Amino acid sequence: MRQALLALLAKEPAHGYELKQALETIFGIAYPSPNIGQIYVTLGRLEKDGYVRAVDVEQANRPNKKVYYITAAGREALETWVDEPTEGPRVRDEFFMKLVLAPLTGLADRMALVNRQRRHYLSLMRDLAELAELAERTDPANRAALLLIEGAMLHLQADLDWLERCQEELQ
Amino acid sequence: MSDTPVVRVVNLVKIYQTGGLPVPAVRGVDLTVEAGEFVAVTGPSGSGKSTLIHMIGGLDTRTSGEIWLDGRRADTLSESGWAVLRREQIGFVFQFFNLVGNMTVADNVELPALLGGASPRHARERREYLLGELGLADRADAAPAQLSGGEQQRVALARALANQPRLLLADEPTGNLDSRNTRDVLRLLGRVHRQGQTIVLVTHDARVASMADRVVSLLDGQIVDDGAIPRVRRRPPGGAGDVVELRS
Ligand SMILES: Nc1ncnc2c1ncn2[C@@H]1O[C@H](COP(=O)(O)OP(=O)(O)O)[C@@H](O)[C@H]1O
Ligand SMILES: [Mg+2]
Repeated sequence: MRQALLALLAKEPAHGYELKQALETIFGIAYPSPNIGQIYVTLGRLEKDGYVRAVDVEQANRPNKKVYYITAAGREALETWVDEPTEGPRVRDEFFMKLVLAPLTGLADRMALVNRQRRHYLSLMRDLAELAELAERTDPANRAALLLIEGAMLHLQADLDWLERCQEELQ
Repeated sequence: MSDTPVVRVVNLVKIYQTGGLPVPAVRGVDLTVEAGEFVAVTGPSGSGKSTLIHMIGGLDTRTSGEIWLDGRRADTLSESGWAVLRREQIGFVFQFFNLVGNMTVADNVELPALLGGASPRHARERREYLLGELGLADRADAAPAQLSGGEQQRVALARALANQPRLLLADEPTGNLDSRNTRDVLRLLGRVHRQGQTIVLVTHDARVASMADRVVSLLDGQIVDDGAIPRVRRRPPGGAGDVVELRS
């Protein structure tokens, strides 16, 4: 959330609600409606770190609104984030920890763990397929959302292929 | 409809005998598929998926065990008995298409319906519908050799469904397809399944497997898992997904 808000503010100053709307437009159906409270909490932290500042803007007949803008330090932090390579999603796999450790405890056997996980991944896949269909139907112009869903599906496929490898090797 | 299973396989075994060394490919499989069920078969390469589905379709002989189709014992049928059964009851999508090379796409798809006794008009309408659903309407007059692998694979699916068979068997039917063509195939499979089509399908593609009611996992010729794919919580209609996670 931090970097997303910094990136939006690097484009132009905005108040909290505008940031929420921008996130919704950009990520579409692929992102659960961002929580406005969470946005304000994050903005507060960014302000404390010196990455953003806020100014009060007077509005006719309404309470002042706080408009946030990015500082030089914030821009630098954003650049660092953009420039550094992004961590792979599966470097520390929790399921693998279970698979390796659970048999030691006598709590579960590996075959059962793999089978349960496979069914779980397949149900997630079904959910993503339905989400993709919904996105195609209701918001086909949002290619970013569709690509994010497709990316999630490809990751899930890789996870399933890997489960198969685990089952072959550990049987 | 009766509650006789469409497929019932009991302790099915296949041992290939290649030059002296026996290769056990399927080692005691029990499997029941009810009418209208969609079963996906998964498992590593060499785990016996193709051998199993070929035996269920009578394309490979069993070493021992029983195969019952629609309540009739099938494993004891002669070659010609199987041929009749296949023509009347089974649509088969092979991993490597097996289209008839000197016939057009349209004729390939219409042939099973005509052999099954459909009128020429009915066979043509069914063919037009199926090729249309699979985005192949404009390839009807082509020869199979003029088509890409993905196109041939979709024609093979259309051919298998031409006769509205009691049982559809498919071996990796999306193995050669890009993601757009896979979507066409998925949509058609979903549609015929909702219309009551019984399907047993071998696949590595999780999108395909996730459409099934049930997943059977093979390992070394044996079933190691057989069960329903659970439903995750339904998202509210028009609600949002959870693909992107923006950590605070
Ligand atoms: N015609 C054949 N002759 C000898 N061995 C075979 C034959 N067909 C398959 N096999 C062997 O049987 C096993 C299962 O093969 P197959 O059913 O094709 O597996 P899958 O479809 O899961 O990849 C493999 O070890 C394979 O080498
Ligand atoms: Mg195979």
